[in-house]
Amino acid sequence: MQSIADALGLAAKLVLSGDPDLFEIVLLSLQVSLTATVIACLVGFPVGALVAISRFRGRNAVLIVMNALMGLPPVVVGLLVYLHLSRSGPLGFLGLLYTPTAMIIAQIILIAPIIAALSQQVIEDLHSEYSEQFRSLCLTRVQTVQALLWDARYSLLTVGLAGFGRAVAEVGAVIIVGGNIDHLTRVMTTAIALETSKGDLALALALGIVLLVIALGVNAAVHSVRMTAARQAYV
Amino acid sequence: MLARKFMATTAALIIGGAAWAQDQSIIVQSTTSTANSGLYDYLLPIFQEETGIQVNVVAVGTGQAIRNAENCDGDVLLVHAKPSEEKFVSAGFGTERTDLMYNDFVIVGPAADPAGVGGMNDVQGALAKIAETGVLFASRGDDSGTHKKEMALWADSGVDPTAASGAWYREIGSGMGATLNAGIGMGAYVMTDRATWISFGNKQDYAITVQGDEDMFNQYGVIPVNPAKCPSVNVDAAQTFADWLVSDEGQDAIAAYTVADQQLFFPNAPD
Amino acid sequence: MSDAMAMTTASDAVDAQKMPILPLAVRDLVLRFGDVTVLDGLCLDLGASGCTVVMGPNGSGKSLLLKLLHGLMQPTAGQILWDRHGAADVTARQALVFQKPVLLRRSVAANVDFVLKVRGKDRARRNALLDHVGLAHKADQPARLLSGGEAQRLALARALATDPEVMFLDEPTASLDPASVLAIEQIVSEARDSGVRIIFVTHDMGQARRMADDVVFLHRGCVAEHSPASKFFPEPRCDAARDYLNGRIVV
Repeated sequence: MQSIADALGLAAKLVLSGDPDLFEIVLLSLQVSLTATVIACLVGFPVGALVAISRFRGRNAVLIVMNALMGLPPVVVGLLVYLHLSRSGPLGFLGLLYTPTAMIIAQIILIAPIIAALSQQVIEDLHSEYSEQFRSLCLTRVQTVQALLWDARYSLLTVGLAGFGRAVAEVGAVIIVGGNIDHLTRVMTTAIALETSKGDLALALALGIVLLVIALGVNAAVHSVRMTAARQAYV
Repeated sequence: MLARKFMATTAALIIGGAAWAQDQSIIVQSTTSTANSGLYDYLLPIFQEETGIQVNVVAVGTGQAIRNAENCDGDVLLVHAKPSEEKFVSAGFGTERTDLMYNDFVIVGPAADPAGVGGMNDVQGALAKIAETGVLFASRGDDSGTHKKEMALWADSGVDPTAASGAWYREIGSGMGATLNAGIGMGAYVMTDRATWISFGNKQDYAITVQGDEDMFNQYGVIPVNPAKCPSVNVDAAQTFADWLVSDEGQDAIAAYTVADQQLFFPNAPD
Repeated sequence: MSDAMAMTTASDAVDAQKMPILPLAVRDLVLRFGDVTVLDGLCLDLGASGCTVVMGPNGSGKSLLLKLLHGLMQPTAGQILWDRHGAADVTARQALVFQKPVLLRRSVAANVDFVLKVRGKDRARRNALLDHVGLAHKADQPARLLSGGEAQRLALARALATDPEVMFLDEPTASLDPASVLAIEQIVSEARDSGVRIIFVTHDMGQARRMADDVVFLHRGCVAEHSPASKFFPEPRCDAARDYLNGRIVV
């Protein structure tokens, strides 16, 4: 198709010309999604680990809910956050709607369940290997969680990456709570949606290619870290 | 170094996001057509240059823009559905509605013109003919200003297209651009505002088939959100923006905006 | 080498204010999984010092007995009375070395650091412990790249880092080469000589002869024989033990 060739050329031109608008959008995308990922990891890792090592009534229900939340539609998350942050909503007094902070909040809600559920699986596997040794050492629950999180660090890096991938690629939530405001809350995905709606498919696709290249770069970086770790049998 | 700068700006985003978005800036809840046509990209730098007020545009359908404004999530409303706008003001959400500018709606269709409506300037007749021949028609279907206008025209033509929803009548449920993309993709006729059409980039073999009926007049209005209902409104800046748009200077700027040498919007604010 | 052991003895002196957890009395111990009875009314008395070797055919419940004694499992019925009264905090005062060492995904040194830290021990002992098991030169290497013998020596260093009063070893040298076996036996012997009570499961007859002060022979969920090593090896009393020593298949 003509437009794909156009898009590749345009993507190269955008990047090589150092288009300031493009870099602003890319930087905001990374800031919002990386911040959301870091915060979601800070919440999701310990929750996932705690569920992984605990046996309690209703644990299966918790697992089912956690896994179901992985499939939260971004638009629904966007609406929920909008309703809370709207001036007429309970948190409206904070004045956060249509700010990058609102986008970060929406993405945290979107990906924290993914990170918790995936890390629960990772930690549970590791725990089945370590649990007898840890019980022999009389580790407390907190010590167990800390040790498991540290020893699973390279697998958890991949888990964080999955969360980041979803955050940086979603459009439904950020377009509602961010508003796609130029120079304020416009990120890669909302810019792509806008250019598509303008019928400028080549530019939309070019932005998509830039997003893809960024995703490739982040994945390659994490992969090389994991390869180094694997050589040391730390994975 | 870069990482530290990154962290600092991120922290600033989180902590200062609220304050930053408020002081010297307003939020305009706007219809998509004005945003997608590039009008704001032309107008807003001129306005900001003069007043120092930053205008942040949230471009959604007219229906959603009005609901967002009713939730106090905006300082100014700029849409094109006069009855809804008047209801918004009479309910106390807006201070005053002023006519701002107009353009017109057109019906675009494939070059082959399977319904044979090309060149018609009687829009009701054209719609009836499309319904009769059963050629695909793609509607916004999203409660937007364009959608409301389209439904009013169908009513005048004596056809209830929603009875054929899913058959020849396709309700896309999206913005103007997405509806054009979808409609063009399926070979359907689409009603769009002229400004969006002129600046639309994915026309393929489509052209305007129906235009020129006065019933397809598309009036835009501007309404500052009422601080009595919404105390968070940035009253002075919102009023400054609304006043500037209807001033001679603002009206001249609107008239001066062209795409492909065509004027997209025609200012008609009362003196 | 003597550094690590000297410190072990020093902290033993602190622990000595507590009642020692030995001797051990096991009464009518039963362990069942569904319809399968693994231990069937096992009784056992162990003295305060030395190295007890536990032998018996596969499936006789040797490993499970260690886990029960260490407090990692609960018996279906019966009593395990440390200090004859049933001391409560036994797990923390013992160490268990598994057949397959479970090493953390960290460096050799970090594996020892981890145990010293979680057990509130003096972190400065790490180098002495590694030196004691002959792994000082590998301190910075990834633990999971160690050879089988090295890995088990690291597991022993970690076990010793907890200053155990009792150390359980569950076939620690299975599938290791002779040099590694001897190195591990030497570390265990030194621990015993410094006062750590050793309870050692093995199938290796030569190892049993080298290590044992007394032998417990398990068969069909019970202690078939418990004799001093000097008596067990020349003239075992029960038939099953005699057949086992003679290399016949015992079920």
